[in-house]
Formats: sequence, C-alpha cells, structure tokens
Amino acid sequence: MADQPTPLERFIRGILPENPVYRQLLGLCPTLAVTNSMKAAITMAAAVAFVLLCANTVTSLIRNLLKPHLRIVVFTLTIATFVTIADRMLAAYMYQMSKTLGPYIPLIIVNCLIICRCEVCASKQPVFTAISDATGQSLGYGLALASVAGVREILGTGMFFGFRVLPATWPDWAVMVLPPGAFITLGLLLGAVNWYSGRGAK
Amino acid sequence: MNYVIDIMLIAIGAALINNFIFYYFVGICPFIGVSRNVDMAFGMGCAVTFVMSIAAFVSWTITSLVLIPGAPISAYIGGFFMTAEAAQKIDLTILSYIIYIFVIASSVQFVEMYVRKFFPSLYKSFGVFLPLITTNCAILFACLTIMSHVSGVENPADAWDLGRALSLAFFGGVGFTIAIVVMAGIREELDLCDIPKPFRGAAITLVVGGILAFAFMGFTGVNSGLRKVLTFDQPVAQVEQNASAQDRNVQSRIDEMRQN
Repeated sequence: MADQPTPLERFIRGILPENPVYRQLLGLCPTLAVTNSMKAAITMAAAVAFVLLCANTVTSLIRNLLKPHLRIVVFTLTIATFVTIADRMLAAYMYQMSKTLGPYIPLIIVNCLIICRCEVCASKQPVFTAISDATGQSLGYGLALASVAGVREILGTGMFFGFRVLPATWPDWAVMVLPPGAFITLGLLLGAVNWYSGRGAK
Repeated sequence: MNYVIDIMLIAIGAALINNFIFYYFVGICPFIGVSRNVDMAFGMGCAVTFVMSIAAFVSWTITSLVLIPGAPISAYIGGFFMTAEAAQKIDLTILSYIIYIFVIASSVQFVEMYVRKFFPSLYKSFGVFLPLITTNCAILFACLTIMSHVSGVENPADAWDLGRALSLAFFGGVGFTIAIVVMAGIREELDLCDIPKPFRGAAITLVVGGILAFAFMGFTGVNSGLRKVLTFDQPVAQVEQNASAQDRNVQSRIDEMRQN
C-alpha cells in the first residue's frame, strides 16, 4: 500500500490531473446535454456531487461484504437509490430546474463517472479516502461542466448566469446553444487542455 | 390508419429527427469508445437495439401493470388489505429508477448468455463492451421516455400502448446504429489524416460529431411535412390540386414561350 496516493493527493488529482471529463472522458452525456446555461450546469454538478459522495461513502462502508461477481449490481442499486432521493429533492425545492433538466437527473444512475469511482477507489479504500476522492472528483466535474457551460452561454446568448456580459450588439450565436455547439465546444476545449498539458511534458 | 401513422411518426422521429445521439446526447460513451471500425460499430449498434427493445418491452409491461396509479396488479394485491378505492390510487412510480436499472442489467445478462451460447465468435469480438451496455444511457433514456408517456398523461387514451413503446425503442436503436456507423466510417478515414497532436482521438471525434449533428439538424423540419404526407384527408387533397394547377400554369407558360 506504499504507493497508494494519500487522501489529499486524491483530492487534488480529481481537479485537473485526473479530471473526469477532460482526462478520463467519463460522464460526457450530461456534459453535452445540460451545459447550455450556467445555472443548469451548476445544479447538475451539485446533483452528481451529492450522489457520488453518498454512493462512495456507502460502497466504502460495505466493501468487505461485497462479492466480486455481484458488485456492479450493488453499485448500480446504491446509486439508483441516491438518484431517486436527489430527483425527489430537486422536484420539491427547485421545480422549474427539475423540469429543465428533465431525464438527465435519472440518467445520473448510468453516469460512468460514479460507477468508475466506486469500482476504482471506494470499493478498495477506507471511508475517509473515499470521501476525499469523491469530493475532488466532483469538484473537477463541476469545473469541467462550468467551463463548457460558460463558453456556450456567453457566446450563445451574450449572458452569464442570466446577466448580460457582452454588448447588446453581440449577434447571438444560436448554434452554440443547439446540439452541434455542445459537441464542437467540448471538442475544442478538450484539444486545448491536451495541448496545454502536453506542452509541459516536452 | 391513424395508429399506423402514429407509429411511423414515432419511428422516424426516434431514428432521424430526434436522434438519440445528436439530439438528446445519450449514449455518447460508446459513440466515442467503440466507433473505431465499422464492423464493431455495427455489431454494437445491433446489440444496443436488441437490448433496448427487450428493456422497453419489459419496462412497459411493469410500468403499466404495476407502477402507475390504478395499475391492475398493484390494485389487486392492494385490495387484500385496503379498500378498493384506496387500492386504485397506489402510486409506485417512485421505484421506477431502481426497477428499470434492474431490468436493464438482467436483460444485458440474458443477451450475453445467449450470444455466448449461439454466436461464440461474435461474443469474443465484443469482449468487455457487452456488459458495458448496462451503463449505456440510451437504454435507460428509452425506458424513461416510455414511462413519461405511460404515467402522468392527463387523458388515458393518450397513454402509449406496447406498439408505440416498442417502435420508439427499436427505431431509437436504429438511429443509434446509423449514427455510430457513420461516425466509424469517418474515423477510419481520419486515421489517415494529419491531425494536430492534441486533437487526436476524442477531441477530433467530438468536433466531427458536432458537424454530423449539424447535418442531422436538417431533419428538424421533416416532422410537419411528414404528417402532411401521411394524412390523407381534405387539406392534403387541396394541396395536391393546387400543385397540379400550378403544374398546368407552368406548362402553359412554357408553351407560350415556345410560341414566342
């Protein structure tokens, strides 16, 4: 266990070196789908963070009881339970936002990010490590979602968080809000991150 | 006749207009992960279509028989320990996510067993991707769409029956296959291109996917035109008459020009 990263290292790794979206290419569906406005992206990231934190904690607590061939089923059922809770909470307190996000909240169940973290970290590590890993990963996920949403909202509507940041003469690039804009923005940002991190290695 | 038109509209809507990948962004992970060569992409598309149809069939059955308020089985069981009126109001839709993920996981298991027994070579070429269908958002998305059309509709007559549910799932899978095969064809060519190093792999795939999404946006207007073509009642006959009158006008104009 000597070469295992410490909890603090795991936390920091989640933010950029092992960023779930830009590095591991996990959980791309919501990254593309809900990032046409900043508010939706932040809510989505918060929901994912809640589910990831709870699922990681529970998985880590029961890790000694898990049978290898049943573990995926246990993971998905745990996640589904917490997603149901998150979905009901959102419908109760933020009704409009839960309408906007629509089916993408239940789709957190099959978000590869959460299953991957349960499998890689939480099912092998004690609770504290699992929690710090989950926090780091969900922070990285939130930052990634916010970066894509920021670009799309500013270029697409000239607004940021609902406030106008570009002059009113800005011709709204409606295509950035539509599906193709999501693919192209994420593709270009991914290329930029690869270029930036590759530059240091040379 | 109306029913057939409905089915066709749902089918074309799911396959082309509201393509699962390019409109709803579900199933992006296999779209990027498995689209390296055409054969594999086609196999993956077929497997997803098959699993999606099975999952839609089972989830439609469970939803309409057990989960929604007034469903026959839950009302029958509830009748043993409460009044018939209260039993009609049992609403189990809060359990739907857990039940759907269970249904999907078990149908993937079933497909895996079937393929391993009857098509061993296909099973080998799939490898790790077959179990990963469980975590494909497209399938859960199809189940959830079907649920939203079965429960929560004001008018019981608007609720989807099995045929509509199955056509959504099957043609959604066909649309997924189209998207992933087109992407695989493009990526086979991309391997020969000189792409800037940071963009190799996923980044260029996403950009190309964006351009494909542009192309699929062209289908957006098809829906209303399709409805017009499929509905054979008065307005369309009128439209056709006008069109033929226009043709005659054009013909007479051409004749005039010739005479001049």
